[in-house]
Amino acid sequence: MDAALDWLIGPYEFTFMQRAIVVLAIISVVSGVVGTFVVHKGLAFSGDALAHSTLAGVAIAFVSGMSISLGALGAAVVTALGIAWTRDRARVSYDTAIGILFVAMFSLGVLVLSTRQSYTPDLFSFVFGDILGIARGDIVNAGVLGVLVLLFLAAFSRELLFVSYDAAMARTTGVPARFFEYAMLVVVAISVVVALKAIGIILVNAMLIIPPASASLLATSLRRIMLLSVAFALTSSVVGMHISFHAGVAASPAIVLTGCTIFLASLAVSRARRPLRMPSIAAATE
Amino acid sequence: MAELAPAPVHVAPREPLAPEHEHDGFALVVRNLAAGYPGFPPAIEGINLRVPVGELVGLIGPNGAGKSTLFKAMLGLITPIEGEVLAFGRPVAKAREQIAYMPQVEEVDWDFPVSVLDVVLMGRYKKFRPFARWSAEDREAAMAALERVQLAPYARRQVGQLSGGQRRRVLMARAIARGAGLLLLDEPFAGLDAAVQHDLVEILDGLAREGKAILVATHDLSCVANSCDEAICLNRRIIAQGPSADVLTEEVLSQTFQRHLLAVPRHGVIQVINDEHGVMSDGDGGSAEGGR
Repeated sequence: MDAALDWLIGPYEFTFMQRAIVVLAIISVVSGVVGTFVVHKGLAFSGDALAHSTLAGVAIAFVSGMSISLGALGAAVVTALGIAWTRDRARVSYDTAIGILFVAMFSLGVLVLSTRQSYTPDLFSFVFGDILGIARGDIVNAGVLGVLVLLFLAAFSRELLFVSYDAAMARTTGVPARFFEYAMLVVVAISVVVALKAIGIILVNAMLIIPPASASLLATSLRRIMLLSVAFALTSSVVGMHISFHAGVAASPAIVLTGCTIFLASLAVSRARRPLRMPSIAAATE
Repeated sequence: MAELAPAPVHVAPREPLAPEHEHDGFALVVRNLAAGYPGFPPAIEGINLRVPVGELVGLIGPNGAGKSTLFKAMLGLITPIEGEVLAFGRPVAKAREQIAYMPQVEEVDWDFPVSVLDVVLMGRYKKFRPFARWSAEDREAAMAALERVQLAPYARRQVGQLSGGQRRRVLMARAIARGAGLLLLDEPFAGLDAAVQHDLVEILDGLAREGKAILVATHDLSCVANSCDEAICLNRRIIAQGPSADVLTEEVLSQTFQRHLLAVPRHGVIQVINDEHGVMSDGDGGSAEGGR
């Protein structure tokens, strides 16, 4: 009994573990809520592109000695606006446009980095995630950005629902639909940056996709999907951190793989339940 | 032989009214409207039409006739090249609360996880205001609209779980919940079986009798012939507008659809027959009339 308790609570004697779990809680709430829109509006690829585009900002900030988080935020927001703009009026298909923006920003990042000769651990913590290196300032940054995102979603929940479901009618009733289509991508960009330092460029999109995708297998209403996906994100974070601590493996892949396990379990549960989760078939046969 | 060349149409497109009479009894007035997409010739031109208060008006035309473009222009979703659209005497941008729009069913994201009630409440949207919540009045209006389309027991259901007919009714309930005087419905019957369509037409008919002005774009000629007070035939321009019985003539239909169609009374209702080879009218008009 004591051993189990020690396994659970022991790690939190360390300040770095306390900070890690606080920042993961912030990430779980933000990505659980925002990720629900990402999954249900087909923005998964956009999320991945936004994550990778931050490399350009991180690299430029690093080389010029600016704040790396600020550089990541700038690059992600610029890319988000670029994606929204191409979706709005470019003559190539949406995913082609994202693919191009994605590699352009990533290449810019690699190009800038290639001007530096030395190995740069600071930088690689952004690429692979450095959850145990989270500083007090990182928590403040994530907290402020997270609160901004959640406030925005709470303030315009009616409009966001309306635009997500039926943008054309939303426009006819006076909702600035185009503004919200741009804003949603900027919200995803900011959410990526919230989780960036802890999870890393390569895996950060997993936090936006896996918990809401798992939740959507088990719940049908938006509110429940959001709550469940926050719960799944928190569970993956805590379990992943413990695995990482006790087994001595990297934290962010442990968190992501725990999330994937929850996804597979959700899939099994939803399949075992009934064919009710197949609304399109129910609709077609009526 | 049936001639496909444009014959003079005896029900003329309506001329614009003198401005002082323009809005007497009309919920929607479209004047000299041309609209389309940048880089292409106008999809519709010289459109003059009016939707009277308390009437159900059917807008018909073949695919590519510009029905959707006309709807988008009337709703202000695209900017007209020329002309104007007035709802209750005001530009549409200033009359949003008086206009309810029902889009084609495919234009809506049915996979987005919202409930039936959420969707109907969207019809109550009035003003862009942060942190706003739906009022009790909004909820009552939404539930009343759901009662009207007989979907009240489904209020908490997710929209993705509904059948095709139920989806149409949800969108119709949303338009009703708006409490607007003018309803614009884009293809509300497409892909529905006759029974479901009949129910929807009854609802629309009831709304018109209550004084709503309703414009329905549809492919279903028989429905317009039997249920609509007026018909508007569109093919890039207005071919004819007037009481359905007057408008749906062989000449007008042929001009509108560029093929030979007949509206024939049969078993007490009017049926439209695709008379591709001109058999029915080829010296045998009597049998068409006598075939009831």
